[in-house]
Amino acid sequence: MIDTVIDFLLNDPIGIVILTVIKALALLVPVLIGVAYLTYAERKVMAAIQLRKGPNVVGPFGLLQPFADAIKMITKETIIPSGANRVLFVMAPMLTFVLAMLAWAVIPMNDGWAIANINVGILYLFAISSLGVYGIIIAGWASNSKYAFLGALRSAAQMVSYEVSMGFVLVTVLLCVGSLNLTDIVRAQSKIWFCIPLFPMFVIFFISALAETNRAPFDLPEGESEIVAGFFVEYSSMSFGLFFLGEYANMILMSAMTTILFLGGWLPPLGMEPFTWIPGPIWMIGKICFLLFTFIWVRATFPRYRYDQLMRLGWKVFLPFSLIWLVLTAGALVAFGWLPNA
Amino acid sequence: MAFLDRTARSLLLSELVTGMSLTLRYFFRKKATINYPYEKGPISPRFKGEHALRRYPNGEERCIACKLCEAVCPAQAITIEAEPREDGSRRTTRYDIDMTKCIYCGLCEEACPVDAIVEGPNFEFATETREELLYNKDKLLANGDRWEPELARRLELDAPYR
Amino acid sequence: MIVDFFFYLFAAVLLVTATLVVSARNPVHSVLFLILAFFNAAALFLIAGAEFLAMTLVIVYVGAVAVLFLFVVMMLDIDFEQLRGGLQRYTGIGAAVGAALIVELIAVFGGWTLAPNAEKLRLSPTPANMNNTEALGRVLYTDYIFLFQAAGLVLLVAMIGAIVLTLRERKTSKHQSIRVQTQRTVAETLEIVTVPLGVGTNESGGFLRPKAPEPEPVHEDAGGHHGHH
Repeated sequence: MIDTVIDFLLNDPIGIVILTVIKALALLVPVLIGVAYLTYAERKVMAAIQLRKGPNVVGPFGLLQPFADAIKMITKETIIPSGANRVLFVMAPMLTFVLAMLAWAVIPMNDGWAIANINVGILYLFAISSLGVYGIIIAGWASNSKYAFLGALRSAAQMVSYEVSMGFVLVTVLLCVGSLNLTDIVRAQSKIWFCIPLFPMFVIFFISALAETNRAPFDLPEGESEIVAGFFVEYSSMSFGLFFLGEYANMILMSAMTTILFLGGWLPPLGMEPFTWIPGPIWMIGKICFLLFTFIWVRATFPRYRYDQLMRLGWKVFLPFSLIWLVLTAGALVAFGWLPNA
Repeated sequence: MAFLDRTARSLLLSELVTGMSLTLRYFFRKKATINYPYEKGPISPRFKGEHALRRYPNGEERCIACKLCEAVCPAQAITIEAEPREDGSRRTTRYDIDMTKCIYCGLCEEACPVDAIVEGPNFEFATETREELLYNKDKLLANGDRWEPELARRLELDAPYR
Repeated sequence: MIVDFFFYLFAAVLLVTATLVVSARNPVHSVLFLILAFFNAAALFLIAGAEFLAMTLVIVYVGAVAVLFLFVVMMLDIDFEQLRGGLQRYTGIGAAVGAALIVELIAVFGGWTLAPNAEKLRLSPTPANMNNTEALGRVLYTDYIFLFQAAGLVLLVAMIGAIVLTLRERKTSKHQSIRVQTQRTVAETLEIVTVPLGVGTNESGGFLRPKAPEPEPVHEDAGGHHGHH
């Protein structure tokens, strides 16, 4: 009985589809619960830093707060502004959310635990993360509102700018690995995590990730103190909720990407006991959680950048710096004969 | 040397690290929030909360219907009607405070010659309907009976400064 | 079978969206259809086994170029009445240009012959034991290195040209120099002054803000006849 089921799942075309759906659910459901608790963690951590307590009434320690928020969000009325482009207005939050989920297909949680272990995994991740801007632009334009439109324009310029230096960081890592496959990238870090030899790149990547996910101090597209809520000012109810979920899912995704590229993915810090007793996925999740904490920590620490300063940082600091470091890395790899595939 | 120092500092992001370490220290500090419905902050004896009409220890109401409070009330929240009682003493037949108009300035309390109308320490008197906030004499006297120990203590503590 | 189905699906969507790019009334819709067309083209690349090209197409065209298109087109303020008026006026010229193009295309397709070894090349798209990223790199950086570099040079020239055309140094524009700002010290910028009672600041010499580079000794002279220039 069990044998036939396994055989069906592994070999029958329909079985393969069912198996893939099961795998996707097994990954996405925890991600969504993670998103829910990330909002809770953000409120708690920010509160702690500001000497407050944060949500602590709904459930023990306020642990049911995310669900209370979700129920509130779902039961509210969806309002579509009369001047809005209805189709695009409804489509934009869905696009944001779907894109944030789509990228998880290639993330390996352990050796061989990726749903799609494709050869160009890192390019796929980069492509999907660069598409995230569309949800925001379309939302801003379709809302037919000044603030939303300003937010959308800011977001477009910001994401395009920071993608460039992010691309150079990726290329630097890829030079050291010699493969575009995410599993290979992690395996290449079995001796030493890339965050040590490529530390400046790690910092640039992390800061660019903040900019790419529109997080403070680069949250100009939202800029609640200047353009109200930016691109999603006209959204209400679950369409707003989808933007919210998308933003936090993107944060988790960017943390996972940073973990894979620089913090050795599922690998323990040292390849010896007692570190190896803890299974790989736990290491991976732990590292992601640490980075997410840093996301929130940074938000609680720094004020928002001014727009021209943001552009200056992207184009005049990160771009030349990452370019120089790329050339240096390539030079070092060639000079010392460290090229992976040579 | 100063140039090197500055360059090194900015390359090593020393300012960012300083800021982050400060917030991290605050992260572990004791929190300032009190757990409100279960814990409450201290209240000054001069706290101006919900109104009450007090009685003398023998149960006689203090208010003599002088209408000073009505006259002084800047929000005109107080309405008083009075006529002599059967025993000849002058008493109110009507003493209403519109709590939605009241600005909690405490002038009524200061105007009162017999310490009848006072503002107590109670600030949790939210209601579900507006009508419940239109207090009449019965409600105010009931408040006075309920809060008398606190009210007396409050007046006693504040007396040296009056 | 499944691959065929998806090929025709993506190809059909590609053609439909490509048509809609031209025919859509709203230019923003046009750009969005263009993006959809790029996507379907990328999917076709994937089906053909060119995964690197597919991802590059998405990253470069959809992720960057189309964003800028959208950026510009969204800010257009288009008067459709005016557009239609132009259409009537330029019909003749448009038709002439279109006809010329069609004639040229016919000439091109009429004279098209396949290269003798084209069929052979098609059968071995990538060498064995090599993923197509590597195969592409090996071709691009060996046989076609000159063309590759030349293309890069053309783009560089275009970039410099764009900067030269748009960069205008205006005397009036406010420019922030963060380096100067962060290097300021208290001694350079702050001056503590004891102002005598009953005397205005102008009478005691006046204060210049920001502090003048070489402060002259402040004269007690109330009128300030020999004052600062």
